[in-house]
Amino acid sequence: MSSQPVTLFDKVWDAHVVRKIEDGPDVFFIDRHFIHEVTSPVAFLGLESRGIKVMFPEHTFATADHNTPTINQHLPVQDPLSANQLKALEQNSAKHGISHWGLGNPKNGIVHVVGPENGITLPGMTIVCGDSHTSTHGAFGAIAFGIGTSEVEMVLSSQCIMQPKPLKMRINVNGTLGKAVTPKDVTLYIISKLTTAGATGYFVEYAGDVFEKMSMEGRMTVCNMSIEMGARGGMIAPDETTFSYIYGRELAPKGTEWDKALAYWKTLKTDEGAGFDVEYNFDAADIEPMITYGTNPGMGMGISKSIPKGADLKGGAATYEKSLKYMGFHEEDQMIGKKVDFVFIGSCTNGRIEDFRAFASIIKGRKKAEHVTAWVVPGSHIVEEQIKAEGILDILTEAGFLLRQPGCSACLAMNDDKVPAGKYAVSTSNRNFEGRQGPGSRTLLASPLVAAAAAVTGYVTDPRDLM
Amino acid sequence: MAYDKFNVLTSTAVPLPIENVDTDQIIPARFLKATKREGFGDNLFRDWRYNADDTPQQEFILNNPIYSGKILVGGTNFGSGSSREHAAWAIYDYGFRCVVSSFFADIFKNNAINMGILPVQVSPVFLEKIFSAIEVDPMTELGVSLPEQTITILASGEKESFDINGYKKNNLLNGFDDIDYLQAMRSDIVSFATAKAI
Repeated sequence: MSSQPVTLFDKVWDAHVVRKIEDGPDVFFIDRHFIHEVTSPVAFLGLESRGIKVMFPEHTFATADHNTPTINQHLPVQDPLSANQLKALEQNSAKHGISHWGLGNPKNGIVHVVGPENGITLPGMTIVCGDSHTSTHGAFGAIAFGIGTSEVEMVLSSQCIMQPKPLKMRINVNGTLGKAVTPKDVTLYIISKLTTAGATGYFVEYAGDVFEKMSMEGRMTVCNMSIEMGARGGMIAPDETTFSYIYGRELAPKGTEWDKALAYWKTLKTDEGAGFDVEYNFDAADIEPMITYGTNPGMGMGISKSIPKGADLKGGAATYEKSLKYMGFHEEDQMIGKKVDFVFIGSCTNGRIEDFRAFASIIKGRKKAEHVTAWVVPGSHIVEEQIKAEGILDILTEAGFLLRQPGCSACLAMNDDKVPAGKYAVSTSNRNFEGRQGPGSRTLLASPLVAAAAAVTGYVTDPRDLM
Repeated sequence: MAYDKFNVLTSTAVPLPIENVDTDQIIPARFLKATKREGFGDNLFRDWRYNADDTPQQEFILNNPIYSGKILVGGTNFGSGSSREHAAWAIYDYGFRCVVSSFFADIFKNNAINMGILPVQVSPVFLEKIFSAIEVDPMTELGVSLPEQTITILASGEKESFDINGYKKNNLLNGFDDIDYLQAMRSDIVSFATAKAI
């Protein structure tokens, strides 16, 4: 063993390199592989045409989420193309001996919600999925990232992918977060500073007391959004918060296995003096509740501020202009007071119990604004059950909100939960790209608190005014 | 799935001088419902290419018959966002074999190579030169040589080299793919997994 200080990232990465190819990528071993209905069918077709079986089916987990309806899940799926994808996932899983949590299964939900809540996601693991928000699982001190379908086929066939080792970035946020400043605001703030491509080529470690004090749900929100600044992924060193979250979960290690795992997990931190290729420091006190005004997640600002002038920003003026035109906004507009037509709370970013608790804290005793259509979509059945058990459903119902069934829903609008052209949605999801929530839709990304404030007032509202 | 080999390509190019082109624009999510890798080219840049009533958006570059070719030239940070490989499939299926930009998002770049599309990353200055050359003459040809790792604006002879690792270069030149490589080392992987006891 060398006495050189090593980063958390290097510890986990280096433990998974099966072979280093000279002037090429590493052959990188994958511990856990999640699949869903949209990005896996072609990978299975590829296996078929090559006559290859899945190498370790017990390390792949299938859940249906991207394409599923969020009401009447007990009925046959109406859209024949969606139904076909769901059927393909079920059949491929059965054929290859892969656990499949389809519609109606009590463990069903969004892949990045169900992995952690069932104890599949563990510290020190390598985790991939054909979905860019796989970075979520980095909250546990895992190296987790999204892959393409060709790579899904690689993992199915060999439990490995070919991956060049990314550079290392550390982002430190220290200090105390202000009122109504949530993990979503922390990540939107960081992305607004680094831009949507600011971490491309890097793997990020989040450090500092803001993350140390954060719940696992909050850490997942932050790591989830790492891809929105281009990072391969983001991770946070596991600690007591992590261990107590995992303890007792269905597929987590038990008994002596737990003790052995825990001893290893405790070694998973960046050694004092270990080097990063780049490091950023932010002060928690500078962060306020955030909202986006443009068409990429880097176009975010404090909710009380006004839309920046394009000339003050890095990047092409023509693209900035195109973006504001799409949104129907102008430079120096105030965001507060803008009319909101839709509110979406859910997704792999903000579809966990803590997010619904935050949402409920604002809507309690208030009513949904009449002109707002709201989609309240839990990340999984387990979250749905928690919402009911904690009395949040009663608060929602009282305030005029309907609790839907789990799935990706309006985050990418593959199902019927689509925002119509020209309409504005305050959304707790992760992307405000043109048309992301339906053709012509206009998305304002924000936290569950900002979403709740918009839902009850019908306008972009500072949640601090309602607390 | 083994793909076409890539060696040298000489072609006119389609300019798309927009920054941060994300994969939701390249192929919107509602067109990801197929279970086969066919026909995605029809919906390439769907919402920029067609109006809501499915009539062509005349101002969009793919609807302008003056511009054509096997090379797509995009603004910086091309292919950001979703990991959907369907974006690379759509670009390939439409007929492009090479995408040029001054910066690519990671996952898109991997997906493109895995599909047999060569991503060529050039300097911002050279990218501007390409855009200007095409603006002056839409019939401007670009020469891309994978063996030499160069891209040339043929009319002016201006040339720049680009990076690609030796392993991926060899794959593209010969039409090999990663799965062939991984299958050939199965026993090493099984030993690794056994020792690791995942």
